[in-house]
Amino acid sequence: MAVKRAGFFTDTSVCIGCKACEVACKEWNGLQGNSPNLLLDSFDNTGQLDAENWRHVKFYERMPDQANLVEQPASTGGGQAFLMMSDVCKHCQHASCMEVCPTNAIVRTEFDTVYIQQDVCNGCRNCISACPYNVIGFNQATGTVHKCTLCYDRLQNDLTPACAKACPTESIKFGDVDTLHQLADARLAALQKQGYSKAQLYGRDDKVYGGLNAFFLLMDEPEVYNLPNRANAVLPSRNNLPGYLGGLATAVVAVIAGLIAFRRRGESEETKA
Amino acid sequence: MTMLAEHFVKPPEWTWYILTYFFLAGLSGGSYALGALLRLWRRPGYQAAARLAFLAAFPLILACPLLLTLDLGQPLRFWHMLFDSANLPALNFKYWSPMSLGVWALSIYAAFAFVSFVEALSSRVRRLLAGGLGAVVAVLGGALGLFVAAYTGVLLSVSNQPVWSDGWPLGGLFLASGLSGAAALLVLAAGYRPQLAEGVRALSEADRYFVAIEAVLVVMFLVTVALAGSLGKLFSGIIPLLWLFVVLGLAVPVVAHTRTRPILPLITSLLVLVGVLALRAAVIFGAQS
Repeated sequence: MAVKRAGFFTDTSVCIGCKACEVACKEWNGLQGNSPNLLLDSFDNTGQLDAENWRHVKFYERMPDQANLVEQPASTGGGQAFLMMSDVCKHCQHASCMEVCPTNAIVRTEFDTVYIQQDVCNGCRNCISACPYNVIGFNQATGTVHKCTLCYDRLQNDLTPACAKACPTESIKFGDVDTLHQLADARLAALQKQGYSKAQLYGRDDKVYGGLNAFFLLMDEPEVYNLPNRANAVLPSRNNLPGYLGGLATAVVAVIAGLIAFRRRGESEETKA
Repeated sequence: MTMLAEHFVKPPEWTWYILTYFFLAGLSGGSYALGALLRLWRRPGYQAAARLAFLAAFPLILACPLLLTLDLGQPLRFWHMLFDSANLPALNFKYWSPMSLGVWALSIYAAFAFVSFVEALSSRVRRLLAGGLGAVVAVLGGALGLFVAAYTGVLLSVSNQPVWSDGWPLGGLFLASGLSGAAALLVLAAGYRPQLAEGVRALSEADRYFVAIEAVLVVMFLVTVALAGSLGKLFSGIIPLLWLFVVLGLAVPVVAHTRTRPILPLITSLLVLVGVLALRAAVIFGAQS
C-alpha cells in the first residue's frame, strides 16, 4: 500500500497514555533516549519532543475537584478531565523549519513528509528557533538536529511507521492523508453525536500551516494542548518584510543624521577659524 | 487553567559565539559605513578618521566567520551555507532565510572591507582608488556594512521564538546600536591624536544622534514585545542588570555633552560599547531564558 501523501491521524480521544509509541519509535530508529526525568507532576517523564524523543505522550490532567468525591462522584469530565496526546512532528505543508534552513538540509520527500538530511545539516539550529511545535532537537554527538522522519526507511519498504504499528488502541493511524481525512471526519461526527461538543480536528484543513500531514483529533481547544491556535499559526517569514523595512528606515535616518552631524561639526570649526 | 496561545519553541542555544558575532558584526558594519560617509564627505580633516574606520572594519569582520563556524554542530560543514552540498557546484541562496542571505552578505562585505583596508594602508592603492572607483567601493561597501549590522536583528525576528519574533524592530535596533558602538569605538581608537581630532568631534556628534535613534527603537521593540505578552522574559534573572548598562550607554553620550566639564570621551566610549554588548546579550539570553 504505497502511500502518495503519508501522514498520521492521531485520535487523542482513544489514547490511553501507554507510551508504546515512544518505545517503538526509539526501538526502530535506534534512539538512546535521555536519562530518566522524574518530573513528579504527571505520568509524563519524557517532558518534550527532542533529538531523542520523536513521539511524546503529553498528559494534561485536569481532574475535577477532589472534595466530596465520595458523596458526589466526579463525572468523566466530558472526556476532558484527563487528556493524553501522542505528540509528533506535524510534517506541516508550510513548514517553518524548512523555511529558515540555510543549507537546504530540510526537504520534502516523495512521501510529502518533512525530512532532515543528516549528511547536509551543519547544526546551525535555526530550525529549532522556527518550529512552533517544539519538535526539533539538537544532538551533541552527531552535531546535527533530529526529529520524526515518519519512518522514511519503513515508508520506502511499504511498512507502517513504528509508532502507528505499536499503538494498541489505534489512536495513531497511519495512511494516505486523504484517506485519513475521511476517517477523521467520521470519528469527529460520531463523537459530536455522543455529546463531546468541544471535540475538534487540528490541522485537518489548511488553516494551520497549510494543513498538517500529521493531524489530530483533540477533545478541547488547541491552546489546552500547548498547540498554537489558528491565529498564532504563523511562519517566520512574516517578519522578513517588516524587519528589513525597519532596518532600511533606520539606515536612511541614521545616514542623514550622520551627514548632518558631519556638516555641523565642519561648519562650527569653520566659524571658529 | 490559563494557557497562552502562542508558540512553543525550544531555545536554539545561540549563546556566546553568536553574541560575540552580533557585537563584532555591528561594530564592523557600522565602522565601515561611518568610514564611507567620512570618505565621501571629502573634507580633508575627516580623511584620517575615515582611514581609521576602514582599518577597524576589516579585522573586526575577520573574526566573524570563525565564530559562526565554531558555533555549528558540524563546523567542517560551514560551506553548506554557501553551496548546495547534495548538488554541487550549485549554490545555496534563500533570500527569505536571513541566515542564508546574511552569510552571502557577510562574504561579499568582507571583500569590500578588505579592499578599503588595503586602501587605508597603502598610499599607492589610495591613488588608484582616488576617483570614481573608490567612491563606488565606499558606497557599495557602506550599504553592505549597514546590511550586515542590521540583518542579525532580522535573523532573530524571522523565527517563532517569543520575544525575537514579537519584536520586528530588532533589525533597525541592532543597526542603530551598531553605528553608535562603531562611532564610540573609533573615538576610543583615535585617542588624542591631533590629525584625528576633527573626525573625532564629528563622530562624537554623530553618536549622540545614533543613541537617540537607538533609544526610540529600544522603546518600540519593548512595546512590540509587551503587546505580544512576552516582556517578562526580557526582565527575568539578571537581564535587568543588562538593561541598566543599555540605558547607561544611551544616556552617557548625551549627558557628557551637556556637562560643562565633559566626562572623558574615552570613558564615554567604553560605556557606549558596554551598552551595545549588553543590548545584544539581553535580547539573546532573555528570549532563551
